[in-house]
This record gives sequence, structure tokens and C-alpha cells, in this order.
Amino acid sequence: MSAVFDDKIQTTLADGKLQLAIYTATGRLIEKRRKAIMPEGCPDYQELRTHANAVKRHTIDHLDYYLEEFARNVEAHGGKVVFCKDGQDVADFVLRLAKERGATLIVKSKSMTTEEVDLNERLEHHHLESVETDLGEYIIQLAHERPYHIVAPALHKTREQVADLLTDKLGVARETVIEKQTMIARAVLREKFLSADIGVSGANFLVADSGAVVLVENEGNARLTTSAPKIHIAVAGIEKMIPRAQDLGVFLKLLGRSATGQPLTVYTSFLSGPRRGDEIDGPDEFYVVLLDNGRTKVLADREKRESLYCIRCGACLNHCPVYRKIGGHSFPWIYSGPIGAILTPQFLGVNHEPALPFASSLCGACAEVCPVKIDIPKILLELRSEVKEAEQRQGANRLERIAFRIWAWVMRHPRVYELAGMAAASLAPATDGGAWVRSLRTAIQPTPLRAWLSQRDLPPSPPKSFRQMWRER
Amino acid sequence: MSRDHVLHKVRTALGRSVGQPVEEPPPVRLSMDEVAIEARIECFRARIEALGGKTHRAESMDDACNYVARVLNGRSAVASNSALLRQCGITALAGVESGITDRARLRALCSTTACGITGANYALADTGTLVMLASVQEARMISLLPPVHIALVDRERLLTGLDELLTILPRPADETSSMVLITGPSRTADIEQILVRGVHGPGEIHVVVV
Repeated sequence: MSAVFDDKIQTTLADGKLQLAIYTATGRLIEKRRKAIMPEGCPDYQELRTHANAVKRHTIDHLDYYLEEFARNVEAHGGKVVFCKDGQDVADFVLRLAKERGATLIVKSKSMTTEEVDLNERLEHHHLESVETDLGEYIIQLAHERPYHIVAPALHKTREQVADLLTDKLGVARETVIEKQTMIARAVLREKFLSADIGVSGANFLVADSGAVVLVENEGNARLTTSAPKIHIAVAGIEKMIPRAQDLGVFLKLLGRSATGQPLTVYTSFLSGPRRGDEIDGPDEFYVVLLDNGRTKVLADREKRESLYCIRCGACLNHCPVYRKIGGHSFPWIYSGPIGAILTPQFLGVNHEPALPFASSLCGACAEVCPVKIDIPKILLELRSEVKEAEQRQGANRLERIAFRIWAWVMRHPRVYELAGMAAASLAPATDGGAWVRSLRTAIQPTPLRAWLSQRDLPPSPPKSFRQMWRER
Repeated sequence: MSRDHVLHKVRTALGRSVGQPVEEPPPVRLSMDEVAIEARIECFRARIEALGGKTHRAESMDDACNYVARVLNGRSAVASNSALLRQCGITALAGVESGITDRARLRALCSTTACGITGANYALADTGTLVMLASVQEARMISLLPPVHIALVDRERLLTGLDELLTILPRPADETSSMVLITGPSRTADIEQILVRGVHGPGEIHVVVV
């Protein structure tokens, strides 16, 4: 990957504590999921996946229809739908509304979609205070970092680091007991909830037949965000749609189990419109922001459209041998792991980080655990060929093409091939400890391969080639 | 306008035209197992207790009221306007405020009171879940702001699970602006994956099956 991510990867690999943190956290999530999908608790897990895939395929293939149905139903319940083409549109809408209502404080519940468009930064730029209220997100916001993981944003932070952050940013006495740290955050955030003017949430699902936003969480911060302030704004990608409330029977069972191994999370909120007639509390205004931000581009590509089925459970991250080594911050965008590796090039263009689709062993674990059966390895392969096509158009891979042409020629000429093998073997040291090309004098090391060689090398050459052994047989 | 702009882009991407109908979505997949009431009650209680909640099976309304009084143990409480709470005599207990319909007053009370007492529209046995529909009987804040939540569930309202709920209530939005499923006490594991209860919502939950 590009230099900055190479650095990030190197520091992550060299940090023993961080390696352990990633390994244990993802390991625990793997174990929890494994238990939650066992036949005793979830006999029809595979059927649920197949069904979820079919429902998502249908919805995404007819997304215009369901978007309109959704908008009609939100409006029928007294809410408003705002379509936004990008992050600027979202920020403009929130800022305008905040100005009209004289709002100064916004509380936020966890939302990858708002991370995607840097909503907090955009609002703070205009002197609006926007506070994350999920404990993990709050820690990340205090640290000015981006989420390490789709469902466990502060997975990489130790209690010591959290203690330093709380002391540094809140001026409280240093506290390393996790329960007490949590209570410090609770007290600070409770004040924010009770004085906030606007609550901004994401959406796990948009339900077309109900005009409803569905939110799943464990802490209660999403409930507070959507019920305490007078205004609730839900920001969601257009692909979060499902046709009917009854489809939640399938999706809620899959989401909780895949993400954290819970049959249902602690809170599942099904919200439709502002509070009604005689309801005692709840927001007076209810908005749903439907965001494009590149999604229609993905939609246009039949082969890779299924990338939009994702329900953001994070299971593919936990099971990915690459994510488990290099961690979340080594990926170029907020979506990390296998799903990040297919979303980033499609949203930002393959040239944004051309190495990304190649940073995978294609082991297939991601596709195996995906609750909506997205064929991530297949999409990675498609993206690899797109990267290569782009390079070819730009003439960027001339050296590589020449090398392959030479290789092809050598392979077609057995004599030359044998000679090349002998030449290589004569250069190789007898014993090398697994680094023979690297052991050559720098002058002989081929420059274009240097990046490759920084991570790997050829095995030492055997005393006799296969051809020799065959002749002497 | 962004609305037309985005919808136009979606249609172009899909090769669809304005107002083009859709084929039927895949059939709804809800499965209903008949489970006897006794088994449902036992499963429901076991689930909640596994999550760190407390449960009580009340033989009578008086029993329910006595249990709530014991849990309160002199602590202050806000009770919802659920008929069941009144029938059990809980609204008449010392230190219990009830009958509130004003939002500001309710919120002020809920943010200082120790316990919130509510009914539940339904409960789901297989996950240990309370189903709360916001209404004039049930405010959102009572089960959310106080550190302790006490809920009374009529045993007739104990369903098998989520699928049965969605069968009975195919469109919750027709009934309420907010349906919340509550499964155990509020929890987080965001720091070093260590479980902490009561991060934002109630950390202590008591469910009485009446």
C-alpha cells in the first residue's frame, strides 16, 4: 500500500500489545458468533442467510420503488425525508436546521455513515458541538481517531490509554478501573443528553412499508439520542432498505448473532415519525437523511452491486487473517477489513489505494461468515482486474508487462528455462536462513521487487533441480 | 432538487423507469412454534437472569405489588400510566410518583429518581425481551433514565419470540412512533471487552410476570 499505510502496518505488526488486543478481541467475537449460530440456538441459520440474501437482492434491484414507498410512509407519520448526494449536502441540511432552531448541541449515536462523511468535523467547523455518545465512539472522539472496527470502535485502546484520555480531556482524576471509567463517561454524557437540541443517529435498517428507522445497540445511548432531544435526525445510506417490518424477523436474528453473538441486542428501536398526539415523550421533529455518496455508482455495476447488501455486522473483519494482523487503522478508509477492501475502491475509485484489493489471501473466510452472503473474494478479484486495467490505460505497469513477457518467453523455451534456473541457483548462498535474494549485493537486487522483498523472499534453492533428478533417475 | 436527482441516479443505475412496478418480494419468513405457557415463562425468566436481570413470578396482583415494594426498599420511583400497575396497587406505594402526562415534568423526575416502573405490551420468551410501545400509558423515558427498571408483564402477553410478535404486529408503526425491544440491562464492552452494566440505560432490571 502507499507509504503512510505501509508505516501503519509496520507499527501495528511491531506493537506486541496491540497485536494481542486485536487478536483477543476478534477471537472473542469469533467465539461468541460461533456459539450463537449453533443449531441448538439457531437451527435455521443457513436458511436465514439464504433468505436475507434474496430479500436484499430484491430490494436493491428495485431500490427506487422502495425509497419512494419509504419516503411516503415517513411523511404519512409526520416525518420528513431529505435526499443527499454527498457529505456536503448532509452537513448543509443539519447546519441549516440547527440555525433555524437555534440549536448548539448535538448528541450522536454510533453511525458509520456519518463517519463516512466526516459529519462531526463539518459541524464543529461551524461551531456546533457534536458529541458521540456510544462509549467506544466517545473515546475515539476524545482521541481524535477514527473507529478501529465497525462494531467495536475502540478495540485497540487499553484501560491505561483510556485513563490518560479521560484525565487529559475531562480533567478528572486518573482512573484505571473500567467500571469507573464507564461511570465517568455516563455522567458527562447524561448531561449532554439532557441539554442537547438535536439527536443524530444512524440506521441499521430502513423499513419501507412502515417508514421506520431501526436501531440496534446495547448501551441505551441510541434510545437517548433519538428520544431526549426535540429533534431526531437519522442519517442512513440508501442501501439500508428492507421492504417490510416482518423482514426484521430474519435480519435482526442474523445481525446480533453475527456481530456480537447476541440473539437480540439489548435495545432494538423501531422508530417512525415524531411523537404522536397523546404520547408523552419523544422528538417533535423527525428527519431521515438518505445518502447517496457513491452508492448509485456501485448500484450501476451488476457484478458488484451485492456489496450494498452489507448490514455492517463486522463478522468479516473478525474472521479475516489480514485484519487480525494489520488492524483497522491500516486500511485507507473508515470501512476496514474485507468489506472495507471492497467498499473503498468502489466508493472512492480504484486509484485511491490500488494495492487494497490485493491485500488479501482470498481465503474466503469473509464470504463464509457473511450473514447476507456477499461474495467478497469474487468482488476482490474483479477489483484487482479493474486496478490492472486502469494501470494499463495509464501505461503505469509497463515494467510489469515487460517482466511477464520475458517470463512467458522463458517458460516457452525449456533450455532457456533450465539455464535461468542454474544461473539463479549459482547466485544463491548454500544456507541462507530464508533470505536469499535479500542476501545478494544491493546492486543485483532488482529495484521494482524491493517492496515485495521487504516482506518475503524465495526459499533457498535445492542442491539439484527437478530436471537433473529426472535425468539421473 | 436532491430528491429527484438521487432517485434519477438510482433508476438509471438499475435501468428502471419512473413508476415501474416491482415483482413480489420473497415471501415473509416467520416461523411459529407452539410452546406451552409454563415453558415460555421458564424460558423467559432463564434468559433474563442469564443476562444479569432479576425476575419474579407473581401468583397474584398483591404478590406483584409486594415484590415491587421489596425491590424499591424505600427508594424513589416513577410509575407509568399502565393500567396493570394501578390494578396491582403499585401506583399507591409510598414514594411512587405516577399519573404524569407532562413531558418536561416526567423528564425532570426520571432524571433524578432511582427506579422506573412500567408495564410491557408484550414479552418474548425465547430471548427474554420486553416489548414497549410508546403511548399515553407508557412514556419512553421511564424505562431509560432511572438506573433501575422494574417491568410488570401480564402472562397472557408472553409470546414465543420475535416471529410471533411480528405476526401479531405486522406494522408496529401503525400503533406508535416508537417500539423498543429491551433484552436485559444496558451494557457495554467497549473498553478491553470487559462487560459493564448500566452505561446509559438502567443497569438493574427486574421483571415481574403477573
